[in-house]
Amino acid sequence: MTIRVAVTVNGTDYARDVEPRLLLIHFLRDELGLTGSHWGCDTSNCGSCVVWLDAKPVKSCTLLAAMAHGHVLRTVEGLEQGGQLDPVQQGFIECHGLQCGFCTPGMLMTARWLLDHYPDPDEAQIREAISGQVCRCTGYENIVRSIRWAAEHSRADGAAEGEA
Amino acid sequence: MLSMQVPSQVEYERATSVEHALSLLTRPETRILAGGHSLIPMMKLRLAQPEVLVDINGLTELAYIRLDDGQLRIGALARHADLLDSAVAGQLYPILHDAERVVADPIVRLWGTVGGSLCQADPSEDLSAVFAATRAIAVIRGLGGNRMIPVREFHLGPYETVIGPGELLAEVRIPVQPGTGSAYEKVSRRVGDWSIAAAGAVLRLDQNQKIASAGIGLTAVGAEHFVAAQAEDFLLGRAADEESFAAAGAIAAEGCHPVVDQRGPEDYKRHLVAELTTRALRRAALRVTLEA
Amino acid sequence: MTADGHSPAPGGFGRMPRKEDQRFIRGKGMFVDDVRLPGMLYGAVLRSPHPHARVLSIDTIAAEGHPKVKAVITGETLAGLNLAWMPTLFADTQAVLATDKVRFQGQEVAFVVAEDSYSARDALELIDVEYEPLPVVVDALRALDPGAPVIRDDRPGRTDNHIFDWETGDAAATEAVFRDAEVTVAQDMLYPRVHPAPLETCGIVADFDQVTGKLTVWETTQAPHAHRTLYAMVAGLPEHKIRVISPDIGGGFGNKVPIYPGYVCAIVASMTTGKPVKWMEDRSENLMSTSFARDFHMHGELAATRDGKIRAVRVKVLADHGAFNGAAQPSKYPAGFFGVFTGSYDLEAAYCQVTGVYTNKAPGGVAYSCSFRITEAVYLVERMVDVLAFELGIDPAELRLRNLLRPEQFPYTCQTGWVYDSGDYPRTLRLAMDIAGYEKLRKEQEALRAEGRLMGIGLSFFTEAVGAGPRKHMDILGFGMADGAELRIHPTGTAVLRISVQTQGQGHETTFAQIVAEELGISPDNVEVVHGDTDQTPFGLGTYGSRSTPVSGAATAVVARKVRERARIVASAMLEVDPADLEWERGRWFVRGDPDQGKTIAEIALAAHSSLELPEGTEGQLDAACVYNPPNLTYPCGAYICVVDVDPGTGKVSVRRFIAVDDCGVRINPMIVEGQVHGGLADGIGMALMEVIAFDADGNCLGGSFMDYLLPTSLECPSWELGETVTPSPHHPFGAKGVGESATVGSPPAVVNAVIDALRPYGVRHADMPLTPAQVWRAIQGRPLRTDLAIG
Repeated sequence: MTIRVAVTVNGTDYARDVEPRLLLIHFLRDELGLTGSHWGCDTSNCGSCVVWLDAKPVKSCTLLAAMAHGHVLRTVEGLEQGGQLDPVQQGFIECHGLQCGFCTPGMLMTARWLLDHYPDPDEAQIREAISGQVCRCTGYENIVRSIRWAAEHSRADGAAEGEA
Repeated sequence: MLSMQVPSQVEYERATSVEHALSLLTRPETRILAGGHSLIPMMKLRLAQPEVLVDINGLTELAYIRLDDGQLRIGALARHADLLDSAVAGQLYPILHDAERVVADPIVRLWGTVGGSLCQADPSEDLSAVFAATRAIAVIRGLGGNRMIPVREFHLGPYETVIGPGELLAEVRIPVQPGTGSAYEKVSRRVGDWSIAAAGAVLRLDQNQKIASAGIGLTAVGAEHFVAAQAEDFLLGRAADEESFAAAGAIAAEGCHPVVDQRGPEDYKRHLVAELTTRALRRAALRVTLEA
Repeated sequence: MTADGHSPAPGGFGRMPRKEDQRFIRGKGMFVDDVRLPGMLYGAVLRSPHPHARVLSIDTIAAEGHPKVKAVITGETLAGLNLAWMPTLFADTQAVLATDKVRFQGQEVAFVVAEDSYSARDALELIDVEYEPLPVVVDALRALDPGAPVIRDDRPGRTDNHIFDWETGDAAATEAVFRDAEVTVAQDMLYPRVHPAPLETCGIVADFDQVTGKLTVWETTQAPHAHRTLYAMVAGLPEHKIRVISPDIGGGFGNKVPIYPGYVCAIVASMTTGKPVKWMEDRSENLMSTSFARDFHMHGELAATRDGKIRAVRVKVLADHGAFNGAAQPSKYPAGFFGVFTGSYDLEAAYCQVTGVYTNKAPGGVAYSCSFRITEAVYLVERMVDVLAFELGIDPAELRLRNLLRPEQFPYTCQTGWVYDSGDYPRTLRLAMDIAGYEKLRKEQEALRAEGRLMGIGLSFFTEAVGAGPRKHMDILGFGMADGAELRIHPTGTAVLRISVQTQGQGHETTFAQIVAEELGISPDNVEVVHGDTDQTPFGLGTYGSRSTPVSGAATAVVARKVRERARIVASAMLEVDPADLEWERGRWFVRGDPDQGKTIAEIALAAHSSLELPEGTEGQLDAACVYNPPNLTYPCGAYICVVDVDPGTGKVSVRRFIAVDDCGVRINPMIVEGQVHGGLADGIGMALMEVIAFDADGNCLGGSFMDYLLPTSLECPSWELGETVTPSPHHPFGAKGVGESATVGSPPAVVNAVIDALRPYGVRHADMPLTPAQVWRAIQGRPLRTDLAIG
């Protein structure tokens, strides 16, 4: 038994017939081939699956694809606009905010959302914003610095792009 | 712990109205899907295997937080983040903000709903104790109309509520009275973990600064209906001072039934109940003074 | 700018952003689960709910009848291929799929192959296994009791759960010092079972081509060559027909060194179905069945003078290895490098004895950035030093300063035979104390104590031993631990470096390019680093034990210097001078005394490929290869200081500050070094305060999800304060020592020492990790919990 799930992801429309039980993370990865978002745990703790649904970050392992039908999604693949890296992406490069890269897409999506709502967050706000996501490599220090870099350079360059 | 990590097969319906949802909910083995952040993890573990899911996320008429006629009314579909962001909720009942700040994590709070958390009825659910402390009323809607059940009678046991087939939780409402202060104190092993124990206190003082009413909610320690009833009774008429609070804490600790688990042994959990009840009462009293 | 006005060529050591970031920040990494092949099938493992049970029967008919299922493999199937059991990395065997018994909760029992991953998991529920539960061994301290259930009755003649006894040091000399000493202290301490829990779980895509007979696997492996050779030997496949690719790996930390049953099953499944088979474990499988770390029950003793001069250290260890001895470490070291429990101090004598036992738990032991049990050794000695400080009433920093090895003592042979290469320990500790403002912190602590508030300051000084290792001392399953490197310079002057190690996030694509840049002056952007593919890289035993920089880094420098010498010959032909008349500045050979007469490495590369006449006996091109056998380990060190505040009413610990001064010798890229340290420091907070895999009396694993196995978040970690000293390794080609595991080694004792220090007003001398709120409160009551078993 299948249902139709039609979504817009990073500006592109998709429609697939899937089992209702299919988790959104697997829909993105396996049905749509968007493997930038990852699956790292069973209990909604690690955050490597974070994507945007209607411009809000969500742990996509904890939603059914069916719940996204008719909605707008954004994933890490959609951060770059017209060949230009988003300031959060640039910030992570400048400040060594990633090592193995597995938590990175989720961190980037949360960072982008944070800066969209709080363009000048202090360290405490940044740490709070990413506290639902785990990194085993960086000890969080450079992730915080990367997001600060993006905050400072977004204001210099003008506001970041809105959602795709 | 050895589970399948993906849900078993299920049917899916999208509710177009509250009435539509209610009619779907008359079927057996049918569950509401709101934020999904309690239910879907259970389905992944295959501890929950509903036959049909009714997605009510489109029913935005159930998502509100407002002050109405002396009552703080919270729609069941209000997200945790909405409650944390609500200025009116935070002013009237700071206990709500204290608790929401430490429920899950910032991303889960964007999706999990107040109603979903209450209906999941986990013994460690912070909002259950909070609404019990505030003596909130659950508004349950059925096809025949609404019924009001005090939150203190809402839970029948772990993962079990009074909601029957063809019903859904529509709203939680808290009476607002002047001279009230409230607070929530939680200890967990790590940010986002369930409480080892938590205590919420709501105090109303009379003109003589004596306790006119006290609500004490306890999380994760097997308190009946999440309430420290004897501690509440003890406080009535007493001065809002350290001695009363410490005594109330001790009574609360005696009256609960903590389970020994990896969060802690029994003696520690009871100690924590006493300590956190005292701290919550202290802060609640302070907030009354500030408000006056 | 050099004295004669030439700019040195670009690149080399220093801070630079990473080359590999480009793909990861776009979500374009290629992790094993991202590999998709046409016709690919999906595997899932059925696991035992029982920690110890006979397997009476396995009925797979219903599973095989599932419309999407292609195959079901059991121990019986594998036994027919002689693959039901496989060798571990340490002289034992491990069941691939259970045949006679299951020996830990979560052990692999059957493997389903289906068209999609959800169906594969559905089919697991259709397999009916009949078990006869047996009594379990969960408490390691009871594993050798007479009459204890025998777990490994599969090993002929085995009548108990004993694995090995091992000792190092001089028992008699140590006993003599203890008998003579003015002060002795003893302390039991547990380093609990923890888990590396990389964010990416383990998995494989196995693709056997039935026409060519070639097996290609994409695997989450830190040791692709070792895996290839083992698959060849164990499965009887010709090794040249096996290709192991370690693509992008989402964290290793030692978890991805062993060969896991799921890998073998996927390979067998691909060979029998003729299709690619993917197996990715979920998080509960990762935590419950893959290589755990630590689980050392230690009894430590120190002998000292009343003035705090430490004279001897003695340790007795009971090592819980789980149901199979899968500890991945050099073969002569059943307890890894625990022998450096002598620590950073000048001792008269030392002795330790380690007994390894089987229990009904998952196999492993050497993982989670332990540097082969050095995490355990450092924890032991640094806790003992603080226990001594506690007993003597001496400040822990002062006590360490009185006992640290002095620079003039290096190279220092410790009492267990390890030759520490270099270090200036007092300088490193003093720097940490300066950054921390140590005196000021102690004054603040005094003031807070007077108010009844608990603040703690904890130190840890560690000596690491990394870069395994010299061929004559070290091998894994008989394979020497040398690494190869191949460097090819193209005609247009850009380069390709092929190395044995591969990265799981340590930044090798950048740092190894920087080594070539430093040696040859080719910009790091023009050096392609190839790693992780056995078809394209030289043999080596893999990345773990912080060995990449000490061994492969050395190999890279050596091979680059070979290229540089070849370039000298070519340059001498271009410039028509004697090679001995040429001098090198980074990027060019020039004529001594006539610096304008020179050739850049790019010019030389082009000429090397041209028809330029070269001296007799000289081959063209600029390629070179080498194998590097390290003469010794390298010995990074560090001084860490942790500041905590403890709420006595709740037992909650808050880490206020963490100061880390590391000495890893010469730093290729300080930005990357700092990142490695940051990550390891977070591990210390995790292990000290929240991480544990405990078991209940029935053998149920209590740490099987991230709800139970708690990892530190951004809110538990402070902003790390780093410093450095640099004492180069005298034997390493460019003086580097390796740093990947240092912070994980050094940080747990700093945090624990800080918490115990905070509890000083209550007279607490020790409490075992993890120091959860319950444990701290119980310690204050004088009744700390035993943390490896369920709280009862």
